[in-house]
Amino acid sequence: MPETKKIPVAQASKDYAKIKLTGSKPRKRKHANAEIVIGCVMLGIIALMIIFAPLLTSYDPTHQSLREAMLGSSPAHLLGTDQYGRDIWARLLYGGRIDLFVAIMAVFTPLVIGTILGAVAGYFDGVVPTIIMRFADLVSSFPFYVLVIVLVFVLGNGGTSIFIAISAVSWVPYTRISRGETLILRDREFIASCKASGFSDGWVLFRHVIPNIASQGIVYAMSDIVVNLGIIVTLSYFGLGIVPPTPDWGQMMNDGQQFLAAGVYSLTVIPTIVIILISLALSFIGDGLANVLKVRR
Amino acid sequence: MNKWLYIGKRLLLLIPTVWGCATLTFFLLKLTPGDPAVQALGPKASKQALDALRESWGLNDPLWQQYLRFLGDLCTGNLGTSYSAKAPVAELIASRLPVTLIIMVLAAVFAVVIALPLSVWVATSGNRVVTEFVRILNAVAQGWPTFFLGAILLQVFAIQLGWFPIGSVSGGVDVAALVLPSLAVAVSIAPIIVRSLTQSLQDSVNSEYVNFGKAKGLSYRKVLFGYALRNGSISAVSVLGIQVGFLVGGTLVVENVFAVPGLGQLLMDSVMKRDLPVVQTLTVVFGIIVVLVYLITDLVYGALDPRAAKRG
Repeated sequence: MPETKKIPVAQASKDYAKIKLTGSKPRKRKHANAEIVIGCVMLGIIALMIIFAPLLTSYDPTHQSLREAMLGSSPAHLLGTDQYGRDIWARLLYGGRIDLFVAIMAVFTPLVIGTILGAVAGYFDGVVPTIIMRFADLVSSFPFYVLVIVLVFVLGNGGTSIFIAISAVSWVPYTRISRGETLILRDREFIASCKASGFSDGWVLFRHVIPNIASQGIVYAMSDIVVNLGIIVTLSYFGLGIVPPTPDWGQMMNDGQQFLAAGVYSLTVIPTIVIILISLALSFIGDGLANVLKVRR
Repeated sequence: MNKWLYIGKRLLLLIPTVWGCATLTFFLLKLTPGDPAVQALGPKASKQALDALRESWGLNDPLWQQYLRFLGDLCTGNLGTSYSAKAPVAELIASRLPVTLIIMVLAAVFAVVIALPLSVWVATSGNRVVTEFVRILNAVAQGWPTFFLGAILLQVFAIQLGWFPIGSVSGGVDVAALVLPSLAVAVSIAPIIVRSLTQSLQDSVNSEYVNFGKAKGLSYRKVLFGYALRNGSISAVSVLGIQVGFLVGGTLVVENVFAVPGLGQLLMDSVMKRDLPVVQTLTVVFGIIVVLVYLITDLVYGALDPRAAKRG
């Protein structure tokens, strides 16, 4: 026979209040979690395939063999070959490495820098916040693409330049988001009590403010990865991005484009499908996170 | 009258912004490796020729003198000569500006035309399937690279079906040739509008004033378009304004795909040829376009939401 525990009245009423407050929520939460799971599984499969590319294909993505050019799909070449006889499946797998890596790094860095800058700009008063926000205004008065292209022009082609160029431009929205959130948070009681307890500004900022404002930036970052992927592929397509022979999706699309007129779509469509799948996965994760973290988009 | 004062004030505020843009651009481009004189004359040019060219472009002066001269030139509209085209930069840009502006305006209009029905559909149906369908449509449109969409539109509608003239507008602007490029840009920015418009429409649909409208006995259509949509559109306008960078970016991309002679194609060409004066001026021009769009956005915002105009 189970022992009946005595629950203090105050505790019980608190529990009751909790139940009442969250009474209608669980179903929605479950759904949001399902979205995150679907997105992560999709993204995870793609990421694993790219990471373990050598296990999934025995071809060298840069190996040219003109005798085997423009082959259709066959057991030897799963997705066929391009005009230089390179295996498309191998190029697809290896090409994703640099594209995805740069796209994710170029979101992570601005996310961290922008969030910290925004928190500083929102938490303190004075000259430094003004300078940060003026500079943010200045950077955002250039169109994103134009500034990235000009930066790549200055820095030269290649993955590193693209990473620096995107990071140098895309910290601005994170700064704006995080400043806005911090301005609201600054007046909350727990921050005031932290200050009253004598914690240093740095401690309050990193231990209490930033953990509370990070979620909105993280949700924004999900769609930002798609934007970055788009610009990396676009730059490569125009010959300003990843330098050949490193395989990349933008080059693959550029290489294949001349065959669109001849009715050969696979060369360009295959990388596009992968990018769209990634975009879909990230939109699932982003929406799910927004629901779970209660972020308004 | 008050409104004109406001516009005047905003236009005055343009000056420091443009100055900031110009300064950032100038110093950024000074970091560019490589000697522009060598770029222009080729690696085989004689030392005397290179020196003469550097002297005539003022590249031997101290940096601050070059900076002041650049600002002075910008103010007087003397934007220098293109290294590669050997034509005045101002002329090059002026001849291409209309094309870019037309694509931007058309793309914005198309984007709204695409996004509006989708948003209304999602916000009013309350159907899970519809929501998911539009969400997937959104993700596909966002992931689909603009240049590839442009290439497909070009292939299908211009080359195979022959409905639209192909690219190269030489002398005069053929708007028909700009429809497909604009459409490609519109598809890439429509998802952003759909997202925010749906959200604010859903909020409006569930709000008290809409309920009051219904209770008063207004028709469904009147409530939706007269009240909910008008309020919902406020957020769409501001999103469209904030995302003008993407509008410009998309324009830049499609101009190169369709070989339309606009500012985007000029920028890409100049970057390839490392034509410093053109890149420099174009960056400032794009900055001015963006800041002007911000101004227009604020004015439209004020017209849609009088409260904002009063605050501003």
